[in-house]
Amino acid sequence: MGNDFFILMKPELSLMLIIFILLFLKIWDGIKEVSTLLMIANVLLLANFVAGFFLNKEGVLFSGMYHTTSLIALEKNVLAFGTLLISMMAWDWLKKHEHLLEFYILILSTLLGMNFMISSGNFMMLYLGLELSTIPLAALCNFDLDKLKSSEAALKMIMSSAFASCILLFGISLLYGTTGSLAFSEMPAHLDGGMLQLLAFIFVFVGFAFKLSIVPFHFWTADVYEGSPVAVTSYLSVISKGAIVFVFVTTLLNLFGTLGTIWYHMLVISIVMTITVGNLFAMRQENLKRFLAFSSITQVGYILLGLTNGGSAGSAASIYFLIIYIFSNLAAFGIIGMVSVQTGKENMSDFNGFYKKNPLLGWVLALAMFSLAGIPPTAGFFGKMFLVTAGAVKGNYLLITFAALNMVVSLYYYLRVVKAIFVNPNESPMEAIKGSWSVKIALGICMLGVIATGFYSGIYDYIVSILS
Amino acid sequence: MLHSKIIALVPLLPFAVFLLTGLFGRKYLKNFSGILGTLSLLVAFVISIYTAYEYFFIQGRDANGIFEKIIAFKYTWLQFSPGVSIDMGVVLDPISIMMIVVVTFISLMVHIYSMGYMKGEERYATYYSFLSLFTFSMLGLVLASNIFQIYIFWELVGVSSFLLIGFYYDKPSAVAAAKKAFIVTRFADLGFLIGILILAFYSGTLDFGTLIERFTTHNEYYSAVTAASFMGVSALTWGLVLVFIGGAGKSAMFPFHVWLPDAMEGPTPVSALIHAATMVVAGVYLVARLFPVFSLSCPPALEVVTYVGIFSSLFAALIACTQTDIKRVLAYSTMSQIGFMMFALGVSGYGGEHGLGYMASMFHLFTHAMFKALLFLGAGAVIHFVHSNDMKDMGGLRKSMPITHITFLIACLAIAGIPPFAGFFSKEEILAAAYANNKPVFVVAIITAGITAFYMFRLYFNIFWNKEKIENHSHEEHSHGEGPMTMLIPLSILAICAIGVGFIPFGKFVSSDGKELITEFNPMFSLGPVVLALSGILLALFFYKKANGKSDKVAEALGGIYRATYKKFYIDEIYLFITKKVVFNLVGRPAAWIDKNIVDGVINLSATVADNFSEAIRPIQSGKVQQYAIYFFIGALSFAVLFIYFWKN
Repeated sequence: MGNDFFILMKPELSLMLIIFILLFLKIWDGIKEVSTLLMIANVLLLANFVAGFFLNKEGVLFSGMYHTTSLIALEKNVLAFGTLLISMMAWDWLKKHEHLLEFYILILSTLLGMNFMISSGNFMMLYLGLELSTIPLAALCNFDLDKLKSSEAALKMIMSSAFASCILLFGISLLYGTTGSLAFSEMPAHLDGGMLQLLAFIFVFVGFAFKLSIVPFHFWTADVYEGSPVAVTSYLSVISKGAIVFVFVTTLLNLFGTLGTIWYHMLVISIVMTITVGNLFAMRQENLKRFLAFSSITQVGYILLGLTNGGSAGSAASIYFLIIYIFSNLAAFGIIGMVSVQTGKENMSDFNGFYKKNPLLGWVLALAMFSLAGIPPTAGFFGKMFLVTAGAVKGNYLLITFAALNMVVSLYYYLRVVKAIFVNPNESPMEAIKGSWSVKIALGICMLGVIATGFYSGIYDYIVSILS
Repeated sequence: MLHSKIIALVPLLPFAVFLLTGLFGRKYLKNFSGILGTLSLLVAFVISIYTAYEYFFIQGRDANGIFEKIIAFKYTWLQFSPGVSIDMGVVLDPISIMMIVVVTFISLMVHIYSMGYMKGEERYATYYSFLSLFTFSMLGLVLASNIFQIYIFWELVGVSSFLLIGFYYDKPSAVAAAKKAFIVTRFADLGFLIGILILAFYSGTLDFGTLIERFTTHNEYYSAVTAASFMGVSALTWGLVLVFIGGAGKSAMFPFHVWLPDAMEGPTPVSALIHAATMVVAGVYLVARLFPVFSLSCPPALEVVTYVGIFSSLFAALIACTQTDIKRVLAYSTMSQIGFMMFALGVSGYGGEHGLGYMASMFHLFTHAMFKALLFLGAGAVIHFVHSNDMKDMGGLRKSMPITHITFLIACLAIAGIPPFAGFFSKEEILAAAYANNKPVFVVAIITAGITAFYMFRLYFNIFWNKEKIENHSHEEHSHGEGPMTMLIPLSILAICAIGVGFIPFGKFVSSDGKELITEFNPMFSLGPVVLALSGILLALFFYKKANGKSDKVAEALGGIYRATYKKFYIDEIYLFITKKVVFNLVGRPAAWIDKNIVDGVINLSATVADNFSEAIRPIQSGKVQQYAIYFFIGALSFAVLFIYFWKN
């Protein structure tokens, strides 16, 4: 097993290695130059991402506790890539922050947790990964140390998470009680849909629903997103959510496949509520981070729509959509982060006439909004199209129509941002925003992704080929 | 060579130039962009010629001596279902190779010519980047192996021609013309798209080869598409006619022709490229691409092509006799000549001797590209010289611009069908095909050919003879001779082609079924059309060689008929009447009323409701974690209660 261990657990091992390097750097305290430290961290993350492409093997470790497949390798790569982008975008913010190494140590710990969670072959492992990915996040929410809202966000995050974890754990216990096993390989055979099992499943579902901010388990989202530093908010909305979607997809399909009809109806109810409430709240938001919080709630609703497919087409569509979502959402957060670091402004009205002094950034933000709204030819359109077609297979046209109508409604608030940038008059528009080269590169990558992911069919084909 | 991806360079080179000059042109490559574009096209042209040589003389034939259809490469872009995919591919067969040669050649000429014509233009680099984009789209269109690929490039061609027609965007008439071209062709393209969907639905494929095969042999697809019918017409006919409507839009066939004359607002070299040799023949090319289906499975659709073609050609020729804007005369003559190509396809059968019309149509497309581009470029030189489009401002120019004069005369002789110029040969084949298959069409065609000779020489005499000197010499300082060499060289090259290309034994290379088609020259048959063309020229000579007012008298005598023709049979007015009066008043106004009072009302109401609702649920998001926990708990509980007690399966 020796060799297998090092190859199969390569993503986790490399993350642990980076965490230790950064920890020792912190203790040593020998490098005073902030940019050097940032550079080291970013290079390590880049190396971690690149390493993810090599020597990927499928296999099982620790008697089924841990397993990995090429799909899992892809998912881990996507998360590593997103984290790298966020780290690049956080450059300016971290430069001013005295605890930048702690930021990296914490954020990489959560990423490690997510990796374990995705690779888990057992509910125990899944739960441990989930907790490892949640608790450091609460600390991260508090990372604007001098802001009261940031502390509030952290507190809300940890309290709500604790509550959700309880319910999830309760559900897992009940599952163990009724099936006699926690291993993913054994449990499905014992699932007969009895009432106790149903209750257990609902609790597990709710636990995930909390993490995904599905209505009505979403309340923490807006407050936490608003209070946290932009980098953390983007991490929460993209990476953290992405990891849960990955786990959620495999859990629903592989583990609870026998309860298919039950979770199909649960999904339908969740979709309707999530999309409606997300849209209604997103319409009224003035704070851009809050706005993106509700927009991300709505987006999750569409991912669920793809999942109703119940087959590999649904998972392919949702994973593809997530990749696009990472690009579009990170581009939006990247700009909001730049503006927030330089001017401290986060409101929509602050962006009135933004285009005048920042034409390029204006276009980037507008393109990100177009992609989020799903306007062709941006990738967001293709992502939503695949989700909707995957969902349509079930023949629930009422649901599809409802989702499509809500897409039109969502145009309203995404275009509100675009309107602010280009149309709304402003006596004193925002001064030209300067960002470091690393932010610019990250934004460039996002824009490339927003355009190319849609046109280049290779990515979707690759996902489909892995799944089948 | 034929199976190599080098062919892809032909469209990709102009695309690269488009990106380069589009992104960096205005800042860094300003004066260099013309040369860059020209060089890239020169390379593309050389590759095309070499491909043509390889295909026609070395590798193109299969064991039976028939030209095969070669897929140089194919890249699956979007897979819908196992059979249906959108591919990006390159197909090589006689017509696609002929088209890439024509497109790269004419585009090369136009690129060279524009270096002189557009000199000093502020947006010189932008002009070249648009020109490259157009060339790329057109080449992608002709090489398409998939009907959806053709549609994508079709739209790209539309967009780039929109940009080029509206190039002088500070001129309101240019902007209006660009919009008109775009909107009218968009309407036709809608038909095209629906046609594609119908054909794809019944054939289960988007690939040209498979589609043609499934619709021309007897199999389940064929019986399904012929059995299904709508309003008494089979689905196949509907599909093909709708596809033809798309082609008619781009090729300016009646009644979609209204955009073409207005499109003359663009720079003249652009008209030479787009409105003479490339985009406007896209419709003909499309019908030729699907010709086996038209011909073998659906004669009714082919009849539509015939009658639209012959009507458009006569209709446009009549209008061309009365116009005074020289570019508009050329525009109508283009429409008329494309009508010739269309009905030639229409009267053609498939295979062997019967396929004469198909071969003649392609032949005419080829020769027409040469002499019509020459006419437009010559007209451009004239306009460059006198700074006006109107023939009233011209006259007696033969002395001041001798080279332009000679080349223009050659082109006029070619289009009039005087031997041994190129147009004579192709037109003879068309007339012979019409004579063999459809006598009424033949009669109209031969009359149209006579009218063509008349209006072309009316144009020629008015520009180069008539008044002995241009009276209007307000631009004295501009009388700078003929223009630079960059303009004269393309004129001369094209003039040589306009004489020479008629001697190519075209039937050996291009025919409906890929077999050689040997045509014999029949002097007796040719006598009639040539005499008719000569009399047309003589008539023009009589009226227009000297300013004598004879023509005005005739115009007066013809009265209403003349005015109707001058006003282009009021087609524009009819469209305006329909859109402004009928659509506006009967549809627009009531729709606006409903929109304002009912739809807006409902929208406002729903906005208010949504607003109030979201205001009402706002307190739920109170910021208190304890409260959130309650909602969370209620949510979990409701799910549990709902699914355990009520939703049992």
